[in-house]
Amino acid sequence: MRGFLFIMAAFAVMGLAFWAYQENYKTQATMRETRDLHAQIGAAHERLGMLRAEWAYLNRPDRLADLAELNFDRLGLLPIMPEAFGRVDQIIYPLPPIAPITNSVTLSSGAFVPEDDAL
Amino acid sequence: MTRTPLRPLARILKARASGENPDIIEAEIRAKRHAEMHDKARQRAEGRLLVLGLAFFCAFVTIGARMGTLASSVPMEPRAATVGNPIIGQRSDIVDRNGRMLATNLATHSLYAHPRDMIDPEHAATGLAAIFPELDADELLEDFTGERRFLWIRRQISPEQMQAVHDIGSPGLLFGPREMRLYPNGPIAAHILGGASYGREGVASAEVIGVAGVERQFDGFLRDPANEGAPLELSIDLTVQAASEEVLAGGMSIMSAKGATSILMDVHTGEIISMVSLPDFDPNNRPRVLTTGDQSDSPLFNRAVQGVYELGSTFKIFAVAQAMELGLVNANTMIDTQGPLTWGRFRIRDFHDYGPELSTTDVIVESSNVGTARIAMQIGADRQRAFLNTLGFLQPTPVEMIEAPTGKPLLPANWSELSAMTISYGHGLSTSPLHLATAYASIANGGLRVEPTLLRVDNPEPGPRVMSDAVAQSAVHMLRQVVVRGTASFGEVAGYEVAGKTGTADKARENGGGYYDDKVIATFASVFPASDPQYVLIVTLDEPTIYTLGEDRRTAGWTAVPVAAEMIRRVAPLLGLRPHVDSAQPVGVTLTSN
Repeated sequence: MRGFLFIMAAFAVMGLAFWAYQENYKTQATMRETRDLHAQIGAAHERLGMLRAEWAYLNRPDRLADLAELNFDRLGLLPIMPEAFGRVDQIIYPLPPIAPITNSVTLSSGAFVPEDDAL
Repeated sequence: MTRTPLRPLARILKARASGENPDIIEAEIRAKRHAEMHDKARQRAEGRLLVLGLAFFCAFVTIGARMGTLASSVPMEPRAATVGNPIIGQRSDIVDRNGRMLATNLATHSLYAHPRDMIDPEHAATGLAAIFPELDADELLEDFTGERRFLWIRRQISPEQMQAVHDIGSPGLLFGPREMRLYPNGPIAAHILGGASYGREGVASAEVIGVAGVERQFDGFLRDPANEGAPLELSIDLTVQAASEEVLAGGMSIMSAKGATSILMDVHTGEIISMVSLPDFDPNNRPRVLTTGDQSDSPLFNRAVQGVYELGSTFKIFAVAQAMELGLVNANTMIDTQGPLTWGRFRIRDFHDYGPELSTTDVIVESSNVGTARIAMQIGADRQRAFLNTLGFLQPTPVEMIEAPTGKPLLPANWSELSAMTISYGHGLSTSPLHLATAYASIANGGLRVEPTLLRVDNPEPGPRVMSDAVAQSAVHMLRQVVVRGTASFGEVAGYEVAGKTGTADKARENGGGYYDDKVIATFASVFPASDPQYVLIVTLDEPTIYTLGEDRRTAGWTAVPVAAEMIRRVAPLLGLRPHVDSAQPVGVTLTSN
């Protein structure tokens, strides 16, 4: 009985050692992967920051004003002035939709005769 | 093991037979047995001590070895159990109230040299001098061939320059990563942002630190990794700021002024929407601090916050508002304006003679010094001082800039009755334009104190009341009359009901001893729209003059007011304010076609 217990304990130790060995390598692999991902995300952030900075630089007010002036003939952009505000009553009501044709008149050689006119 | 009896029969019988004492045999055996037991116990104890000693030895060796490796190895970030985001370690961005970028970071490279590793120092030196015009080939060669082992060449280089340095091909020229602070809008909002520089520098990285403005004030916030890159949101509106700078720069050159300031503030929250101080600078390339002369001539000087000036007649409204609050006068009370008013050996005069008396409203509209001084005499020096204190005129502004404490108001040493009289029309008390904007905001928002702030306020809390709503409304009405029929008639902007007060103060001589005759500070403090005030705009021009209608004009009505009016015309639509136009047609009847 005792000998059996000893053997079982030895097997348990070996099993646990194998498990720990595997976990250790799995953890190291995951950490390596995380490190790579962090590096990738960091690089992406850096690129994003660069693009944002470039976007902000291209949209700086001085440049936009110069571009609006250069392209005035084409775009006609002016600084927004108080006159730009309109009133609701300056907008016309939407035009009513054209009524469906119920009483059509044939202009060509009488291919279709409306029922109303068919005497 | 066979146990030896204490009295072995054979030896006892033998001893008895020979007449010896058998007890001796017993004692002998007993002693031998004890000696054996003793040896055994000792051996066991020695073994135990050895095991214990070994255990302690192993423990100490482990701890010692661990300490040794910790001390000698390069520190590493813990990766498995970090909290937060390990990626974003950059200095935070600064954005305006709508999220538009004001300051951000750019990854660049620095260039340094290890002269010992160089194969052809001469080639490297001439190559570098060709790429960077400001470097001298001879000096570089001297450094490269001398005793030095390490040498910084440039702190930041562009990718093109980096490629050109690569093309030199010298193994002694090396690059390090370097973060650079970038202000994409150039000089726009330069004084607010301040600028950044490098702190501790190493080959692998460098510390970016703020040197002025909000960059310095919020240095801790901007560098805190716990923010995970959350930007600092300012109250500034980039578009409004750019338009203000454009208009103010134009006005400054037309009026031949040597400096100009404008502040646009939300009257309810105290948020500064735009704050301009001209001349300005590019924070990407911050100029050096002046080592000689007057700091206020440097473009780094923020006139809006640091500059303290006597702001002239713009102060009159505070005397009148306080008198109304105390119940001394109302808008129609007649005030004696017979000049000159003599107090001791001082005489107070008006720009024109306004006759024997004016109503309180007309004292403001005509800007009568004598009338305001008489009102101040009724109020008294102590009450005036207390009132100006509640409006924030006696302390530096609490705005979030590192320069704010330097904008300390200059108070009279002895706040006498004469001081009260001169302060009532804006002489004898020097404050920054930001103080004035804050105080006008209190009048415009119905009498509540506001704190000027550069940070976006999402949930404003009403401040303590400094005057009643009725008094504040009455004061705004008077300010409106100044534009409609008074000194600021050029300030009328169709649809925006501008209300305001002009102020033209003679500049005090720097070395004391009176005032200049031909140098003034012209200020226009305005509120719009008068029927429901939303914004305060302060425009101040330093030494303006314009030649109109046959003479040189310096008064604010001719200089600061037209600039402010143009600014309101440009900026109010950007703020989403709809012009209020009286309709020619009766309200409610609209002709529409069907």
